[in-house]
Amino acid sequence: MTRLETAGGLIGRTVERVEDAGLLTGRGRYIDDLPVRRDTAHLAILRSPHGHAEISSIDTTAALALPGVFAVLNGEDVARLTRSMTVGVKANVECWPIARDRVRYVGEPVALVVAENRYVAEDALDLIEVEYERLIAIVDPENALAADAPVLHPSLGTNLINERSFRYGDPEAALATADHRISIRIAYPRNSCTPIETYGVIAEYDPGEDAYDVTANFQGPFSIHAVISRAMNVPGNRMRLRTPPDSGGSFGIKQGVFPYVILAAVAARVAGRPVKWIEDRLEHLTASVSATNRVTTLEAAVAADGRITALCWDQLEDCGAHLRAPEPATLYRMHGNMTGAYAIENVAIRNRVVLTNKTPTGLNRGFGGPQVYFALERLVHKIADELGLDRLDVIRRNLVPAGAFPYRTATGGLLDSGDYQTAIDRACAEGGLEALRLRRDSARAEGRLYGIGYAAVVEPSVSNMGYITTVLTPEERTKAGPKNGAQSVATVAIDPLGSVTVKVASVPQGQGHRTVLAQVVAERLGLRLEDVRVNTELDTARDAWSIASGNYASRFAAAVAGAASLAADRIRERLAAIAAAQLNVTADRIDFRAGKLFDRDNPDNAISFGRVAAASHWAPGTLPDGTGQTIRETVFWTPEQLEAPTATGGINSSLCHGFIFDICGVEIYRATGQVRIDRYVTMHDCGRILHPGMVDGQVRGGFAQAVGAALYEEYAYGSDGSFLTGTLADYLIPTVMETPEPLILHHETPSPFTPLGAKGVGEGNCMSTPVCIANAVADALGVEDIRLPLLPSRVSEWLYAEERPSSKPQDVAPVATGASGERMLTGAGSADVVATRDSVWTMLLDPNTLKAIIPGAHEVRKVSDTHFRAEVTLGIGPVKGRYRADIRLSDMIAPEAVTLSGGTEGALGSGRGTGRVTLTETATGTRIDYRYEAAIGGKVASVGGRLLDGAARVVIGQFFQALARHAGGSAPPSGAAGLIQRLSNLFRGRG
Amino acid sequence: MPRMNAAQRHGVDFTLNGRRVRAEAENRMLLSDLLRHEIGLTGTHVGCEHGVCGACTVQIDGKPARACLTLAQQVRGSDVRTVEALAPDPAELSPLQAAFRRHHGLQCGFCTPGILMSLDALLREQPDAGREDIREHLSGHLCRCTGYATIVEAALAAAEEQRKEETTNA
Ligand code: FES
Ligand code: FES
Repeated sequence: MTRLETAGGLIGRTVERVEDAGLLTGRGRYIDDLPVRRDTAHLAILRSPHGHAEISSIDTTAALALPGVFAVLNGEDVARLTRSMTVGVKANVECWPIARDRVRYVGEPVALVVAENRYVAEDALDLIEVEYERLIAIVDPENALAADAPVLHPSLGTNLINERSFRYGDPEAALATADHRISIRIAYPRNSCTPIETYGVIAEYDPGEDAYDVTANFQGPFSIHAVISRAMNVPGNRMRLRTPPDSGGSFGIKQGVFPYVILAAVAARVAGRPVKWIEDRLEHLTASVSATNRVTTLEAAVAADGRITALCWDQLEDCGAHLRAPEPATLYRMHGNMTGAYAIENVAIRNRVVLTNKTPTGLNRGFGGPQVYFALERLVHKIADELGLDRLDVIRRNLVPAGAFPYRTATGGLLDSGDYQTAIDRACAEGGLEALRLRRDSARAEGRLYGIGYAAVVEPSVSNMGYITTVLTPEERTKAGPKNGAQSVATVAIDPLGSVTVKVASVPQGQGHRTVLAQVVAERLGLRLEDVRVNTELDTARDAWSIASGNYASRFAAAVAGAASLAADRIRERLAAIAAAQLNVTADRIDFRAGKLFDRDNPDNAISFGRVAAASHWAPGTLPDGTGQTIRETVFWTPEQLEAPTATGGINSSLCHGFIFDICGVEIYRATGQVRIDRYVTMHDCGRILHPGMVDGQVRGGFAQAVGAALYEEYAYGSDGSFLTGTLADYLIPTVMETPEPLILHHETPSPFTPLGAKGVGEGNCMSTPVCIANAVADALGVEDIRLPLLPSRVSEWLYAEERPSSKPQDVAPVATGASGERMLTGAGSADVVATRDSVWTMLLDPNTLKAIIPGAHEVRKVSDTHFRAEVTLGIGPVKGRYRADIRLSDMIAPEAVTLSGGTEGALGSGRGTGRVTLTETATGTRIDYRYEAAIGGKVASVGGRLLDGAARVVIGQFFQALARHAGGSAPPSGAAGLIQRLSNLFRGRG
Repeated sequence: MPRMNAAQRHGVDFTLNGRRVRAEAENRMLLSDLLRHEIGLTGTHVGCEHGVCGACTVQIDGKPARACLTLAQQVRGSDVRTVEALAPDPAELSPLQAAFRRHHGLQCGFCTPGILMSLDALLREQPDAGREDIREHLSGHLCRCTGYATIVEAALAAAEEQRKEETTNA
């Protein structure tokens, strides 16, 4: 393979990005910016408020009758026109993009509305009546395995959808003869890299050709195109999938848009017009996709000197309610590098995949790495601690030796290149480890809590498309036929004026692929950066692509940029032949520089690039014999090292393996439990660096996300399956204030397996940083069972075994979470009104008065003297919905006291509660005292306590304010007027 | 403000990027939707529609504001500026924009327009803004790609350049 000289070239230089001018001036073209046909309608999705329930009925009559609504579909309507999505393991289970008879996670689509605009479509959602029979929800993966656990999929008969065991070397013997057996148990939480742009789909159906045409901000892998086509029941050539020119970040997450591609496509077909859907943030957080949460037990056989001789993995993977393609890939992506950076010969692995009442999982930056390395690197620290050894010594003792590359791991991976020892030495020296240790010692001497952590991680990139078949048994694999490789593709084309266009199927999500490809191709052809234009939009009906196309597994620099350089080289060779004939020299003397082709030995003997390049268009008859055209060259490149799994379950799951070594110093504040990252050093070996600025950008971006995962972010569920982090005020993404600046170091050992020597780099810190921070916190606190995220509340529990009881008075402090996982709210207050007690009493029992004073009431009907029924619309933060409430009166002591109890049910959630109201005569009128207790579940509960508790107080406050006004008085409820004013400013919903 | 009917669209007259415009909007229409889908200026992005991410930030009468928390009708008579107004000319970037490009202050660019609008207002009101002021103003924005450091560097560079410019002009 030809290697490039970079001296003076473009590759390896931090050039300004060609993408930026458009993005900085508002001229980006993201999915929601694209022009659409004039008759395009908008799709809105009704989603399940329950974690687990049977759907007893869906009534869409009122929604359909709303002016502006074109179509309403339920699960059965979708099922009639599609097929179940392919499931990646052998299991008797179906996987639909919308619920049919049962909902299995909060946010699962239940009905679709197509209407003239998004406002009307969302109005119509409120008019759909769904009756549910609630079932017990299973949230914890270990509980899902219990014998008496409710089963999510009756056809499966169990929640354990897949189990596989693997054995490499002789792990049992190694364990039996080891000096020490040391193990650790880890529960890794759910989180997501949550791009700032949400999902979007524009779909169209052509009944004449039975063909779909969909544009979506899908990121790949395009193996999913096959899943979509099968589900739509059309051949691949009738499922045209396109991507917009720009995408607002993805980090794996936009792989998960594909079920919505199916839903929007069906909706377009039924509505008879194009349909557009832009996901909102609540939908995104609740129901898009996330990483898996995983429970891992990892045991090591260890010699007295800290040398690890065997690893035994027991991984319990929680993929949520459905096993959606490409899952259970998160569990298998790391299979070839389960020994990390270490030379460990004996490995046992038990992998179980379980289904729970949570959102189905999918790609997320780091994909499987955070879960694996959290266990492995916590264990390595623990081994050192238990044996009284230096942690760095234990890491060093176990590393793959520098001269051993390419190194075949026990589980079948082929580590392409590296020099881990030197990288670590340099990180310690250049990262100032000695100074950091002194800093720790002096902090500790002052009684402060300070710790240092390390993490050594192998970062795989360029996935073997066959790795996921490791989940099949060897017999199943034989039957299905071998799967391996990873085709990357690039096209270099020259137009009649001699200018160069590059086309790839890498579907960038903001990384700057267009710039790097222009660098690579311009350098190969001796052109300026601006002479090469790159197009990265993908259209499956027109462009070259394959299942490995897309933007995932950090494959761009290693594979796609490599394919582009190969394509450029093929054209270069032909251009040289053409120029040689014209310059009367041999082709090997032709060089390319500054837009010219010239004789290396006589640079004045030159011809312009454009002239040579255009010859294939204008005068093909003049090309030398045997020289092909230079109009367009498409190269598909798949590396031979990506072989199918072996009979014994060995798999080289990735082509490239970068190396990361991180050092972290943290301080923990005793008073608050806050973790502050004091220093962070991250050393990367990602092979040859093509654009240093972008590589550092990838490192910093991944690092920031990993800080979030370590300290703040979790997709939290209540035990009833309710989703608790549905806004960005609850799911805490780090801002600039929470993001420290890491020291980034590089040590380059080029990959011998890729055309440019580059490896992936984008995901590494998502794998190394969470565990590195956890190791530092463990060092600071001396706690073993470190659980993420390291929220101050959790850290405080370790600092002060038990929390002191709150000093706030009980009746104003809302309780966080009810026993059932619902959110409990309690409160009390009073209001003075200028009216007699009797008149206040009558008002409270009169439906017309109630309608006038209940915030958001459309209608209040008196069913009996003690039973009222109300229709109300309430907005809490971003969640606005219509509710039906049944209110019953009891314990009536006219005109003094009454207990109101009731329940409410709406698309967005449910609630029930009781309140006691007492009326006392005062000098100026009547004082109303109230005290309430309520439990709230479903989507509303997901907006989180912060908003909900305040909103409840606001709504109840408004009720009594209105009552006071209605009674002719003007006194506001006592106490909280200022607060209520402020809160009601805060909670202006969309209206 | 005149009495309005929820079922009808009402005119909104305002100044947008230096030009007077008249648009039609239902009462409940958000400013972000008006700008993007009625007027067609899609540079203002929507990341959360609940006021946290900052992607939709525009300037209303010179002050940064969340377009997703503003009703279209609220800008009657106001002066609204969006990211489309920052560059002095279509082929040229403003000093702040150019600094973002030089310092790799963006990747996907989705958060960028909102950040530019906040920083543009900051640098106008507080020409001597330093690192801490800039960080504080940026804390109202979420960026998922960059890890923020390059954004801070770009803003500092732009502030520096602006100060130099002013001294030369003075
Ligand atoms: S879209 Fe307005 S703040 Fe997020
Ligand atoms: S550049 Fe992508 S979110 Fe900021």
